[in-house]
Amino acid sequence: MKKEIPPQMNLSPKDENWMEKKAEFKKGTYCYGAPLKHQNYLGLPNPREWQPHSEDWNLPENWKDIILQGMKDLLEKYRSFKLFMDICVRCGACTDKCHFFVGTGDPKNMPVLRAELLRSVYRRYFTLPGKIFKKFAGARELTEEVLKEWFYYFYQCTECRRCSLYCPYGIDTCEITMMGRELLNLVGCNIQWIVEPASNSFRTGNHLGVPPSAFKETLDFARDEIEELTGIKIDIPINRKGAEILFVAPSADYFASPHWYTLLGYLMVFHEIGLDYTWSTFASEGGNFGLFHSYELMKRLNAKIYEEAKRLKVKWILGGECGHMWRVIHQYMDTINGPADFLEEPVSPITGTRFLNAKSTKMVHIAEFTADLIYHGKLVLDKKRNDKWVITFHDSCNTARSMGILEEPRFILRNVCNNFYEMPENTIREKTFCCGSGAGLGADENLEARLKGGFPRAYAVNYVKQKFGVNMVACMCAIDKASLPVLLDYWVGGVEVCGVHELVGNALVMKGEKERVKNLRGEPILEAEKNEEDLR
Amino acid sequence: MIRLIYAFVLTLFLILIPLFGVGILGLTRFFSIVIPYSAFLIFLAGSILRVLSWVSSPQPFKIPLTAGQQRSLQWIKSSYIESPYNKIGIFMRMLLEILFFRSLLKNEKTNPHVSKWLLFTSNKRFWLMSILFHYSLLIIVFRHLKLFFEPIPSIVNLLSRIDALFEISIPTILLTEIIVLVCIAYLLLRRIVVSQVRYISLTSDYFVLFLLLSVVLTGILLRHLFRVDIMDVKRFALGLFLFNPYIPHFVGSCFYVHLFLVSFLFAYFPFSKLVHAGGVFLSPTRNLENNSRTIRYLNPWNYPVKTRTYDEWEDEFREMMKEANIPVEKEDRKI
Repeated sequence: MKKEIPPQMNLSPKDENWMEKKAEFKKGTYCYGAPLKHQNYLGLPNPREWQPHSEDWNLPENWKDIILQGMKDLLEKYRSFKLFMDICVRCGACTDKCHFFVGTGDPKNMPVLRAELLRSVYRRYFTLPGKIFKKFAGARELTEEVLKEWFYYFYQCTECRRCSLYCPYGIDTCEITMMGRELLNLVGCNIQWIVEPASNSFRTGNHLGVPPSAFKETLDFARDEIEELTGIKIDIPINRKGAEILFVAPSADYFASPHWYTLLGYLMVFHEIGLDYTWSTFASEGGNFGLFHSYELMKRLNAKIYEEAKRLKVKWILGGECGHMWRVIHQYMDTINGPADFLEEPVSPITGTRFLNAKSTKMVHIAEFTADLIYHGKLVLDKKRNDKWVITFHDSCNTARSMGILEEPRFILRNVCNNFYEMPENTIREKTFCCGSGAGLGADENLEARLKGGFPRAYAVNYVKQKFGVNMVACMCAIDKASLPVLLDYWVGGVEVCGVHELVGNALVMKGEKERVKNLRGEPILEAEKNEEDLR
Repeated sequence: MIRLIYAFVLTLFLILIPLFGVGILGLTRFFSIVIPYSAFLIFLAGSILRVLSWVSSPQPFKIPLTAGQQRSLQWIKSSYIESPYNKIGIFMRMLLEILFFRSLLKNEKTNPHVSKWLLFTSNKRFWLMSILFHYSLLIIVFRHLKLFFEPIPSIVNLLSRIDALFEISIPTILLTEIIVLVCIAYLLLRRIVVSQVRYISLTSDYFVLFLLLSVVLTGILLRHLFRVDIMDVKRFALGLFLFNPYIPHFVGSCFYVHLFLVSFLFAYFPFSKLVHAGGVFLSPTRNLENNSRTIRYLNPWNYPVKTRTYDEWEDEFREMMKEANIPVEKEDRKI
C-alpha cells in the first residue's frame, strides 16, 4: 500500500462554532476502552466494561461532580495547569505546529483548541466572568458530549510538546493533555493500549507481560544469535547482586523487531568493554505507560527501578534507548521516587568519566555512555559495515524536547557509518515531528489517526530519500521503532528503521571475532558493494 | 463572525456610558473620580489576587522545554540559553523571551504543497507586529507619566521627544500613534482573515482589540481634534495621584470617554487574557533549569502510592525462576 501523493490536506478550517460541534467517533481514529480485568488489577476508579463508540458510556451517577472536584484538585496541585488555563491569548502561533492537525486538518487538533476544550469548562466553573456571562465569556457547560470530546482529543495528542516550543508563553499542551487524561481516569474512561501494558508492567515487571523465565530465554537466544554472527560467546548476567551497574531497557528491545537488533548492539558493546553489569527480571521495563495515564500510575510503575537497584546493591543505573522512559527518568524519577542516596555518582568504569549531569538521579542514558566510550577511543569501529545504508536520524519528541539529548546520538552515528544525512531543519532536533503513535496511541484500531499524525515525519523522510537516497531511519525510542516502519511503508516505501545501537553493533570490531559476513539482521554486509558491481 | 459583532456592540455600549452619564446626566464627579479610583482598586486587588492564586499552587515537577543540547559530556557544547542548567541561563532565557518574544521569533508556517508535500515558511511578520504593538503601548503608558509628575522626569521627556521625531503637523503626530494603530489593525485583520485564527477567536479576543482601539482613537482625537486644556488635565491627574481629587472643567465628553475606557481596561485586566503580561514570568516550561538529573527537585505533595514490592513479585514468580536458574531472594519457600 504505497501512496505517491499526500492526502488533500486542508489547513483552513471552515467557519463554525466549535463549542457546539460534537466529537465523531469514526472507526480508525480512536482507541478502545480498557478491559475490566486490567482496570481492576490496577484498582482504577469507577471500573467497567465500556467502549468509546457506544452511545451510553455508563458514567457514574455523579460524574460531573467527580470531574469538577478533580479539576479543582489539579488546579491546586499544578501551577502549570492553573497558569496555562489563564494566560493563553489565542494568538495562533501554535495552530499549524501539531502533526495531528497537519495530518488530519481537524481544527480541534490545533493545540490552542485542544486546550480550549478544557479551558471553556474551566472558565464556566472557576472564573468570575465565565460564571456570570457564560458563553459570552467563552465558557461552556460540562456535558456528556464535552466529556466525549475530551476523550477523543486528549487521546489524539501524543504529548510531544512541539507546540510548546512555539508558544510565546511556553504553554505546554502535554500538561493539558495529562490533566485531561487524569480527569477522564477519575470517571473510568481509559484506553486499552495504556491500561493493559500498565497492568502487565505492574504484575510481571514489563509492559509485554513477559514472565522471568521467558525473559531469560530471549536473552539466551540473543546470546546464541551473537555467537552465530561473531563466533563469540558472551555472558548475559541476570539478577546478579553486587554488579556495578544495573541496565534497564524498554521491554520491546527484547521482544519486538527491529528493536531486537538494538538489543544485540547493547550486548555486544557491554561484552567488548567487559562491563560489570546486570539485567533485572523485576525491573525488566524502563518504559512507563503510567506517564500517559496519571501521576499515581507513573509513580507506581517507576518505583521498581530504584527498589531493584537497592536490592542488587549496584552503584548506578544505565538506561537503554527509549523516549518516554527517558522523560520519566530525566524529569520525574528523582522527584517522585528519590532520593537515590543508596547509589553512587555514576562514573564510567572504562573511561573514568564522571557523569556529573546524572549525579543525583544516578541514571545515565546509553547514548551518553557510548558517546563517551567512542570519544575516548575505547571501541574499534568499522564504518564500512554500515555502508549498505544511507542513514538519517529521527529525534524522538521526549528525548529532544524534554531532555535535550541531541548531539550524543549524532556523534555516535558519525562514528559508526559513512552515509549520514539530516532531514530538513524544521523537522529535527527540538523541532522534530512525532511518529504519531506516542503517549499510548500505538494501537491497531486507531491506525488511520496514527498514519495521518505521522504524515509530517514521513514527509521529511521522503524528502531525504529523494534527495540523498536515504534508506534507513535511526532513532532512540521503542515506540518509534514499532510505529515508524508501518508509517514509512505507507507513505514512503523502501526505508527501514533501526536503533542507534544496532548500527554500533554492526560497526563494532570485537576481539576474537570471526569474519563478519552478516549484519545484525542476518543480511549480507557487502550487499551494497555487490550491487554497485552489478550495475557496472 | 457573530463573536466579532458581539465584541463590537459591547465596545460601542461602553463608549455610550460616559457620553450618557456625563453629557446628559452630568455625573462629572462620578466619572472623573469614582470610576478611575475604583477601576484602579479593582486592577490592583485583582492582579495581586491573580498572582497569589498562581503562586499558591506549587509547580510539582521540573518540566522545562529543552530547545537545545543538554549539558552532559564535557566535550559536547551545551546550549546555555535553550537548555539552561543554572540560574544565569534561566535569566537569559526569560530575558530574551520577555524583551524580544524569542519563541514567537521562531515561528514558521506549515503549508501543504502538492509536489513537495509540506513547505515551512518563515513567519517573522507576526513577531514584528507583536513586538511593535507591545513596545508602542509601553511607550504610550510611559508618556502619560508626564501628567502625573511635576516636574516631569527627564527620561519621560526624552522618550516623548524621540517619539515626536518626525515633526509632521502641529501638534506633532507621534510615531507610536501611527504604529499602534497599524498594529491593532493588523491584529484585528489577522483574526478576521486567517481562517485558523478566526476559528479559535473568542468574543473576548475581538473585544480586547476593539477596546484598545477605542482607547487609542479617543486619545488621538484628544490630541489632534478635540483639544483639551492640558494644564487642566494635568491638575486633574495630579489630584488623583495625590489623593486630592479635582474635577476638570475645560475638557469635553471625548475626554470622559477616553478616561472611562482606560478605567474599564484597568478593571478588566485581572479577569481577562491580559494577565499573560504577568503569567509569562511564571511559565514552568521556560523558567526552570534542565538539571533534574543533577539536582533533586522536590514536590511538596509527593504522596506515597501503592507499589508492587520485589517480595510480592518474587512470591508470584519464584518457582518459575528457580526452574530457569534465575537467582532468587528466598530460596526455601515454606509450603
